[in-house]
Amino acid sequence: MDAIFLQVLNGLDKGGAYALIALGLTLVFGTLGVVNFAHGALFMLGAFCAVTLQKVLTISTKVKDESITFFEAFKEVPILEAKFPVVGGFIVDWSVPFAILAAIPIMLVVGLVMERGLIRHFYKRPHADQILVTFGLAIVVQEIIRHYFGANPIPQSAPDAFSGSANIGALFGLGESVVYPWWRLIYLAFAGLIIAGVFAFLQFTTFGMVVRAGMQDREMVGLLGINIQRRFTIVFGLAAVVAGLAGVMYTPILPPDYHMGMDFLVLSFVVVVVGGMGSLGGAVLAGFLLGILQSFASMTEVKSVIPGIDQIIIYLVAVVVLLVRPRGLLGRKGVMED
Amino acid sequence: MITAHRQPSATADWILVVLFSAAVLTMPWWLAPFGANYPDLMQKFAIYGVFAIGFNILFGLTGYLSFGHAAFLGAGSYAAVWCFKLLSMNILPAIVASVCVAGVFAFLIGFISLRRSGIYFSILTLAFAQMSYNLAYSVLTPITNGETGLQLSLSDPRVVDAALGISTGRSLPSTTLFGIKMSGMPGFWFCAVVLIIAFFIALRITRSPFGMMLRAIKSNQTRMKYTGFNTRPYLIWAFVISGMYAGLAGGLLSVTDPLAGAERMQWTASGEVVLMTILGGAGTLIGPVLGASLIKYFENIFSAINTRDLNQMFDGLPEGLQDFAVSTVGLFVGDGWHLTLGLMFMIVVIFLPGGIMEGVRRIARLFKRDKTASAPVQAPAPSAGQG
Repeated sequence: MDAIFLQVLNGLDKGGAYALIALGLTLVFGTLGVVNFAHGALFMLGAFCAVTLQKVLTISTKVKDESITFFEAFKEVPILEAKFPVVGGFIVDWSVPFAILAAIPIMLVVGLVMERGLIRHFYKRPHADQILVTFGLAIVVQEIIRHYFGANPIPQSAPDAFSGSANIGALFGLGESVVYPWWRLIYLAFAGLIIAGVFAFLQFTTFGMVVRAGMQDREMVGLLGINIQRRFTIVFGLAAVVAGLAGVMYTPILPPDYHMGMDFLVLSFVVVVVGGMGSLGGAVLAGFLLGILQSFASMTEVKSVIPGIDQIIIYLVAVVVLLVRPRGLLGRKGVMED
Repeated sequence: MITAHRQPSATADWILVVLFSAAVLTMPWWLAPFGANYPDLMQKFAIYGVFAIGFNILFGLTGYLSFGHAAFLGAGSYAAVWCFKLLSMNILPAIVASVCVAGVFAFLIGFISLRRSGIYFSILTLAFAQMSYNLAYSVLTPITNGETGLQLSLSDPRVVDAALGISTGRSLPSTTLFGIKMSGMPGFWFCAVVLIIAFFIALRITRSPFGMMLRAIKSNQTRMKYTGFNTRPYLIWAFVISGMYAGLAGGLLSVTDPLAGAERMQWTASGEVVLMTILGGAGTLIGPVLGASLIKYFENIFSAINTRDLNQMFDGLPEGLQDFAVSTVGLFVGDGWHLTLGLMFMIVVIFLPGGIMEGVRRIARLFKRDKTASAPVQAPAPSAGQG
């Protein structure tokens, strides 16, 4: 029972990342009709916002090490911490949460530039061309990152306050042994918050209403005198921000490296297809569902029955879903039909 | 979109085959000025040429974009190496085995993936390829030898060789074709001949009624269905044939170097063959070979350049300018080769979706227009699928 509970949490956690990326993919696809293979690169860029901020904050100076008295010893201390011991130390410790503030404007600009500079020219081109050009873009972005940050993963730490584990077993009456890292719980809550935020934005604001109308019938909205194109561009920026934030928050869980975007992208595309192309709810549902399935499949008990199932479960589910329900779980009729 | 389609005459095709064969077989001489006339690289040209030709039969003719073709390349490699281990170091059974295994594998995957089209098809093939890759790394380790890669060993049975009394003594045997060692130049000649045969078969397929069907599927599948054609068998066959080509390429890779690793199945490898085809020109016959050779050539040249070479190259420049030039160019060469590849990919897709062959055609048309400026009617532009 305890193990199952933990696996559900693990799955929700992983599913959170899938859902956030898939949500952005679906938003872009639903509004602009573009298949964006560079979306994983946006996730990765977000993660590297956190890395950069941490690097900038921890630019260090040499300070005399007081603890060693035999000889003149020096240690490296971040300038911020040396100058303002209390506030500086706090900022350095909380660099990942602070990176969120930095990532929002950066990712928005990246998204807008990408849409205006490249994607805009590909609305009318075949899907194959869209896939290919964004695939090329993804390679370019990840190679640039590799050039400046190297090929090795760069570990990021969560703030000290959250570095331990939460005793959630007691909370649910499952016994003392069930503990779970704080940061993963926070990530889960954060993912839920972002998803809720995006849905609320689309559902309860005028802007969101227009966007939804545009997703259903772009031409009609245009004829009503609304500049739907500009709103769709902003939606692309929004999708980039969502992917970027997912990346920032994921850094303490998985040390970011330059190809993390690609790894997540393949899975996220599978998630989108399983959920149903163009269905936002489907993307979120499928994200969490596949996340949970994957973490159950990686339990030793399951692996001993069907070896290797943890490696292929997601793809297997995708194949079955596509063959049984070609539109995906919640796909609408008429979206991306053949 | 309706394009006037002019089927070239049989004579033109024969000339094309002869010219192509001549170009391939004289590679060791005309590549010398480019510094690319050593066997390892030329083998790669030929092998990836086969791979791209095969990919083009699916993507170029039917328009179905598969993102999982590397799986067949990998399957072919493994089949060939197993053949070397179990049966004989002779390469013929290994080649046959790799083509057959890849064909069966492609049939299984194609049978499911081709239920859908468009982006769904791309993602299904991608999913299958990733699945094979993951399995090759984990559960299938007894067959694939996981991360180390499958390689020959001294304790391999090699039943046929043993029966024939061919013994290799204490060293690892090398691949042979009835006694001729398949490394270095003989290996290249073999790959070159295979490439020419592969090219010829692809040409025959393109010109056949079957090839016509495939192109009809690309231009308007719905209309095909309404006129009473069942397009599915054609698609499955195209997929299987192109999978067999990939398997053949995989087998050849093992022939030239009997070591098969799972990284050959990774989706970046699938992306590479897509790029080769696009760069050369999807739907054309020569294009994919051209694209494959260019990419392998640049990969070889660019990734070998290091900072010291760059410093030498920009030696004449003033101090500050030299550093700047070295650091800028350094982005694109050596480890940064993939950046160049990605940029090339984008530039081709954005500006020249028809690839190099499209560029050649445009230039040719430019000259033609100059000459026939006074002619009242322009000759219809040759559409994709020719030469």
